Amino acid sequence: MIKFFLMVNKQGQTRLSKYYEHVDINKRTLLETEVIKSCLSRSNEQCSFIEYKDFKLIYRQYAALFIVVGVNDTENEMAIYEFIHNFVEVLDEYFSRVSELDVSFFNTVFHSTWQTQSSPSQ
Amino acid sequence: MPAVSKGDGMRGLAVFISDIRNCKSKEAEIKRINKELANIRSKFKGDKALDGYSKKKYVCKLLFIFLLGHDIDFGHMEAVNLLSSNKYTEKQIGYLFISVLVNSNSELIRLINNAIKNDLASRNPTFMCLALHCIANVGSREMGEAFAADIPRILVAGDSMDSVKQSAALCLLRLYKASPDLVPMGEWTARVVHLLNDQHMGVVTAAVSLITCLCKKNPDDFKTCISLAVSRLSRIVSSASTDLQDYTYYFVPAPWLSVKLLRLLQCYPPPEDAAVKGRLVECLETVLNKAQEPPKSKKVQHSNAKNAILFETISLIIHYDSEPNLLVRACNQLGQFLQHRETNLRYLALESMCTLASSEFSHEAVKTHIDTVINALKTERDVSVRQRAADLLYAMCDRSNAKQIVSEMLRYLETADYAIREEIVLKVAILAEKYAVDYSWYVDTILNLIRIAGDYVSEEVWYRVLQIVTNRDDVQGYAAKTVFEALQAPACHENMVKVGGYILGEFGNLIAGDPRSSPPVQFSLLHSKFHLCSVATRALLLSTYIKFINLFPETKATIQGVLRAGSQLRNADVELQQRAVEYLTLSSVASTDVLATVLEEMPPFPERESSILAKLKRKKGPGAGSALDDGRRDPSSNDINGGVEPTPSNVSTPSPSADLLGLRAAPPPAAPPVPASAGNLLVDVFDGPAAQPSLGPTPEEAFLSELEPPAPESPMALLADPAPAADPGPEDIGPPIPEADELLNKFVCKNNGVLFENQLLQIGVKSEFRQNLGRMYLFYGNKTSVQFQNFSPNVVHPGDLQTQLAVQTKRVAAQVDGGAQVQQVLNIECLRDFLTPPLLSVRFRYGGAPQSLTLKLPVTINKFFQPTEMAAQDFFQRWKQLSLPQQEAQKIFKANHPMDAEVTKAKLLGFGSALLDNVDPNPENFVGAGIIQTKALQVGCLLRLEPNAQAQMYRLTLRTSKEPVSRHLCELLAQQF
Repeated sequence: MIKFFLMVNKQGQTRLSKYYEHVDINKRTLLETEVIKSCLSRSNEQCSFIEYKDFKLIYRQYAALFIVVGVNDTENEMAIYEFIHNFVEVLDEYFSRVSELDVSFFNTVFHSTWQTQSSPSQ
Repeated sequence: MPAVSKGDGMRGLAVFISDIRNCKSKEAEIKRINKELANIRSKFKGDKALDGYSKKKYVCKLLFIFLLGHDIDFGHMEAVNLLSSNKYTEKQIGYLFISVLVNSNSELIRLINNAIKNDLASRNPTFMCLALHCIANVGSREMGEAFAADIPRILVAGDSMDSVKQSAALCLLRLYKASPDLVPMGEWTARVVHLLNDQHMGVVTAAVSLITCLCKKNPDDFKTCISLAVSRLSRIVSSASTDLQDYTYYFVPAPWLSVKLLRLLQCYPPPEDAAVKGRLVECLETVLNKAQEPPKSKKVQHSNAKNAILFETISLIIHYDSEPNLLVRACNQLGQFLQHRETNLRYLALESMCTLASSEFSHEAVKTHIDTVINALKTERDVSVRQRAADLLYAMCDRSNAKQIVSEMLRYLETADYAIREEIVLKVAILAEKYAVDYSWYVDTILNLIRIAGDYVSEEVWYRVLQIVTNRDDVQGYAAKTVFEALQAPACHENMVKVGGYILGEFGNLIAGDPRSSPPVQFSLLHSKFHLCSVATRALLLSTYIKFINLFPETKATIQGVLRAGSQLRNADVELQQRAVEYLTLSSVASTDVLATVLEEMPPFPERESSILAKLKRKKGPGAGSALDDGRRDPSSNDINGGVEPTPSNVSTPSPSADLLGLRAAPPPAAPPVPASAGNLLVDVFDGPAAQPSLGPTPEEAFLSELEPPAPESPMALLADPAPAADPGPEDIGPPIPEADELLNKFVCKNNGVLFENQLLQIGVKSEFRQNLGRMYLFYGNKTSVQFQNFSPNVVHPGDLQTQLAVQTKRVAAQVDGGAQVQQVLNIECLRDFLTPPLLSVRFRYGGAPQSLTLKLPVTINKFFQPTEMAAQDFFQRWKQLSLPQQEAQKIFKANHPMDAEVTKAKLLGFGSALLDNVDPNPENFVGAGIIQTKALQVGCLLRLEPNAQAQMYRLTLRTSKEPVSRHLCELLAQQF
């Protein structure tokens, strides 16, 4: 089950976040910082799954942007990993060559894209 | 979906956004925003009624400002107005705004709910979807109360559009997860299952998610989904790569749906219907076959999607654990991945293989990959992959490869990450003991462990090595020699000093013949470490010294000198001072004979041996040896306050082992001098210091409370005592919750899982049991975002249980942060047979309100089962020996679960007995044997389970040497089928 979805850039700025379980706003900031830190500290040789507290992070990097999905341990890592890519492909289609700038400019579009897209996988 | 895109006319918005982007400083941005806010406010307040377009534009700007992190305190009303617009884009922005900025303003909620209701009833699919998305996104309890009853109707209505059905399923799922009690079960559930047959793949995907969640609570209501899921899966798996059009992802048909279907099937045991099962096995085989085919595309997306399905398939095969052929194939497939160049695949393969290793069918197949896994441990650059490799090595370890695996893990320990060292240490210690063939290897391993990672070696580990060394005289000389060598290292860990001190004090004489380790050398070696050690270790060393005086009279003068030194006799620490004074007096007053008796070598630790073997040893040893065991608990000889003359019990039992043996454990047979009321008196001891003063100790109580080891002496007591002291009396705790028995039953045949869960709290259990000892980890998860205060979980022994089962709890933090998890460790010792489980009482304050909860701790007598293999004739012989009517318990009962031989087998093994093949002439029947290990006695158990598939009935017969045990086991086991 997906617990949260994040788009964070290398500077640690969150571009999009979506939580499927209630998390306090101030805790979110902390969580997001820790999450991006653990992603940034990893090299290409390392796998894309990180065990973090009682859940797993699955991440992919697109240019300077990280997409991170937090899941519980019953989730299929590979399916989520590829699902992230599918999401990016959809955005790419919509914006014809999507970039980080699109994400911050058209936040609302991203929200609705992610909503309609991610729903089936919840 | 019509979209709000760049060119959609909202030029004002685009201009505003680019203005913000062009701001050079934070101040400029705030200024620009404030200007815009003022503008919007005036527009909203102005006399001129705004048209839909302007409203939408301004609400959009507000939303953007909010998302930038600024507070918005107006505009809600305008957003709600947009909801009733007939234009999609306006409605959508309205919904988006309230989804993001909803607050519990009662006035607005009523209006919003009204608008949603209208849209749901509108029969316009786009509007219905928007409303459903909004309900799901807000997902609050209020939303649930308002709409939970309507959504199932929309979901199964014949005339709903596909997209509406899809949204309705997901919306319902969301509401169900948030507040399951609000979603009424009813006849719609049967119709939801049939959505698996829907033409539209999106509907199927959404429905699978919903059913997977619902069926966990009510598996029987959704049973029919198995065959539907299998046939759907089979159609997808066998379809050509282009059949599913939009739902084909890089030539893989519907990968995510396949994964979900496979996951749904994991909620159930293997299908009973042979045809369905055959079809499913065919599917699984197809997936495995496809993995071997050349890829249809070189793109990594293709193989990722394919592998996602493959991994889920393997999970299902492992879940069924009944198809040896498939299990072995899965293992081979994972074996290929172990060497794959993609790190992700190596990681996942190691993870899956770990579960495969525990299946009896694939254990051997997993073992063939040992070299690859060891190589992974050595060469992987990613720590998480290495950790998976270490886990897998632990899982695949057995007698044949233990030496190799343990040495590899030890080597890994030197470079392992700090976070996982303790875990590795425990694993090495467990494996070394479990599979030790010769004990010198075991001793070497543990000493290495202390040398490499002393900080991470917990007390239990080094207590254990002492117990084993004490109990096995063939290894004592070797242990003394090894530990002596280890102590010569210039810097050695304090745990090493403790082990060294204890072993040399007991067995130093065995190596004293060698001039390099003559008594004075041994002494000065130990004493050179003395000053660097903590109080507890120094106390232990003082005991070693007095033992040296007995072992080696020639060291007497030197040691007395040390004891006499001001730093000892006037030590600020009471414990050290007392020991120095007592030992000094003992050594000068007592005759050699008395000294020899008092400082006798420790008797073997009883709980680790079969009773016959212990008897044999005691016979062989000097007469005094046997008396010691009782003497240790004999109150009359234990007079600490007297202080002049330490007694055998005090001296020959350095602190840690005293505690290990469990002063809290005294079983009646081992303490004949204690009157029958011992149970009650011991209760007082457990209540600890806090309870004592009020008791006004009578002489006997005083004696018994003396048995409590002095606090500074024992680090373990420090940890163990506070919890019992805080223990409320049994009258203080509430009765167990109604489901307690049901929850307990879930754990009769398994050791790990979620014990309890409600809106606030989740309690997970992980436990392991060996012989009469057990360790349980309880994980308390705070599911809320609010801190729990005064959090105190306690274990309570109702009735006589105190004398039957000893549970030591460690205290946990009194605060549990929102979303955090705390762990509590329980050490359990079974003293004698028991029938009722201990209670776990959890209390805390949540948002000011006190909460309390009483559960039954999943510790049942069968946890202390040791499986026993025996041949048919032995079995029958024993069966006949136990033929008294009260030794047998029998029960005939109806099957509550599908009658599957493999599942039954797994349950019986989980129950703890060995399964004996070829004993019963009827191959359908199950026969098992085992011994229940308690500290006081062992109870042999034989069992027989006769399923009758036609009648859906079972007959269960148990024979044990103790009547209540037979009956109790029979009750426990009967509920599992």
